[in-house]
Amino acid sequence: MWEYTEKLKDHFLNPRNVGEIDDADGVGEEGSIACGDALKLAFKLDENGRIKEAKFKTFGCASAIATASALTEMLKGKSLEEAEKITNQDIVDYLGGLPPEKMHCSVMGRQALDRAIANYRGVSGEAVEGKIVCECFGVTEKEIEKAVRENNLSSIEEVTNFTKAGGGCGNCHDAIQQIIDQIRSKSEIKPTAKGRLTNIQKIRMIEETLEREIRPSLRQDGGDIELIDVEGNRVLVATRGACATCQASQQTIKNFVEMKLRELVTPELVVEEVAQ
Amino acid sequence: MKTIYLDNNATTQVAPPVLEAMLPYFSQLYGNPSSMHSFGGQVGRSLRQAREQVAALIGASADEIIFTSCGTESDNAAIRSALHAYPDKRHIVTSRVEHPAVRSLVSHLAVQGYRVTEIPVDNLGRLDMDRYRVSLTPDTAIVSLMWANNETGVLFPVEEAAEIAENRGILFHTDAVQAVGKIPINMGKTSIDMLSLSGHKLHAAKGVGALYVRKGTKFSPFLIGGHQEKGRRGGTENTSGIVGLGKACELAAQNMQPENTKVKQLRDKLENGLLKSIPNSRVNGDRSWRLPNTTSISFEFVEGEAILLLLDEFHICASSGSACTSGSLQPSHVLRAMGVPFTMAHGSIRFSLSIYNTEDEIDFVLDKVPGVIEKLRGLSPYWNVDKMVCS
Repeated sequence: MWEYTEKLKDHFLNPRNVGEIDDADGVGEEGSIACGDALKLAFKLDENGRIKEAKFKTFGCASAIATASALTEMLKGKSLEEAEKITNQDIVDYLGGLPPEKMHCSVMGRQALDRAIANYRGVSGEAVEGKIVCECFGVTEKEIEKAVRENNLSSIEEVTNFTKAGGGCGNCHDAIQQIIDQIRSKSEIKPTAKGRLTNIQKIRMIEETLEREIRPSLRQDGGDIELIDVEGNRVLVATRGACATCQASQQTIKNFVEMKLRELVTPELVVEEVAQ
Repeated sequence: MKTIYLDNNATTQVAPPVLEAMLPYFSQLYGNPSSMHSFGGQVGRSLRQAREQVAALIGASADEIIFTSCGTESDNAAIRSALHAYPDKRHIVTSRVEHPAVRSLVSHLAVQGYRVTEIPVDNLGRLDMDRYRVSLTPDTAIVSLMWANNETGVLFPVEEAAEIAENRGILFHTDAVQAVGKIPINMGKTSIDMLSLSGHKLHAAKGVGALYVRKGTKFSPFLIGGHQEKGRRGGTENTSGIVGLGKACELAAQNMQPENTKVKQLRDKLENGLLKSIPNSRVNGDRSWRLPNTTSISFEFVEGEAILLLLDEFHICASSGSACTSGSLQPSHVLRAMGVPFTMAHGSIRFSLSIYNTEDEIDFVLDKVPGVIEKLRGLSPYWNVDKMVCS
């Protein structure tokens, strides 16, 4: 069992500022359901440019919920310039500490805030993105750099605790080590900007498209399809019912499912059937 | 508030008669069973009785039972012994859903140069028997397949698998830690060569287990030391633990019937009740072929650790296959091997019952869980109450 502080437990059991803001000035999303936690953060400013209202919705464990709740409390009354200065360590301190394995929850809060502020300023998400280093959890070079700098991280394990990067297949461990080495030797890293949907948006759109456009046709033939995972632009699905035994299901997946998803979600998607 | 303990696959309460049987061995009966004096000798006699009680539960003979410190030790002893017995064979066959006691051991052995085949399971957690058959080679030293899965309760057809191995002249081990005491086992009627069991999973104490080794099977000890256990396991015996394990096995034999009727009924009531009252929930694993006491249920769009901590507020104990509860960042390897969609895998909860659970407790849990899930879904950015996505 995790050793959580009383304050953290209180914010988990009685989360403050849950919900969405209809006419929000800035909204930021971070994480994905595949990663196991996700946060949607929104704020509204008053006439003096100070945060009047901050709200959140979180999918995740107790510390993910509590850090989001704490962050919304910390944001109230702050100008955006002040809000920008909040570090993930400030959120941790506010809660009286976090287990090392849960530090990524505080980083998620910090990142959602970055995105919400960027959203307010009309900067698209692209500026905050960067090259994906950890494919398993969709963590970018820039996010890792930031966590390493702000928290003075020196090992891959610490980077995993703070950002989740490297916590899956482990293929990116060399790349993470390089980032740590480069930052610690103070050399410059230039991230390559690349636009994309946030994971939350992408997964939600895929699910919606499956439900609305694809399942009804498959069900007419006694079949069905299930979304198993989304890895970057790879959409992993499993066929069910009649589809599972149908010789032509591979064609259906490529010519119908993939085409629809490319058309309605994003053209880069590749649909793959996984063996069940 | 009373604790409602539905985490019996993690560990169980020591049965009161077991505790009673153990206590004298902490005080007046402290003799060493190996001693020549009758003060120690009487303890030796109690160990013989315990060996017979354990053997009786699984249809074995007493000299086929080696006492160990836990299930993990039994698994290590069995697999390492097989590799030692057949030094020319370098291949191990196991499954993708084994307990870490086997899984981590074989990955460790893989690093040392052994070839490991992990047989996949289907989306109900059932072993791919065709893949199993073709995986066996003349180079295979041992097959190790669990009898019952600790997370889903799904049973593997280990008796059939052992027969296939026997026909190919390959040793067969089963980690039966979750199965012993819950379902009838008769080693006299199987081709299984080695079987691991653990005391604290069947109402004995922690720190005691046993390994069944079929008569005539080549065996080399894991712990080398004194002549205890006929030289098959060095180290002075955990006398109180072993006596308790014997008693627990005797009770388990008596309780097998209620386990398969009363406990199963309560499990089914809990499972059906939750599925009915909570939308977007489903059972992980083959419902028709699993332990009577276990259910793994996934609640879509919520995270398992958060569920457990809210249940903890009601003193309800369960466990989860979510990433956050393990300290790793990915959901359990069992659910991933079964291809459980990620929307479900993170929100999986395992309830595992015992003969000590009551209908009132199940009613209480059925009353509380829907509110917990609803509260967390209310916080979740993925949950849309009006639409009930993925219904």
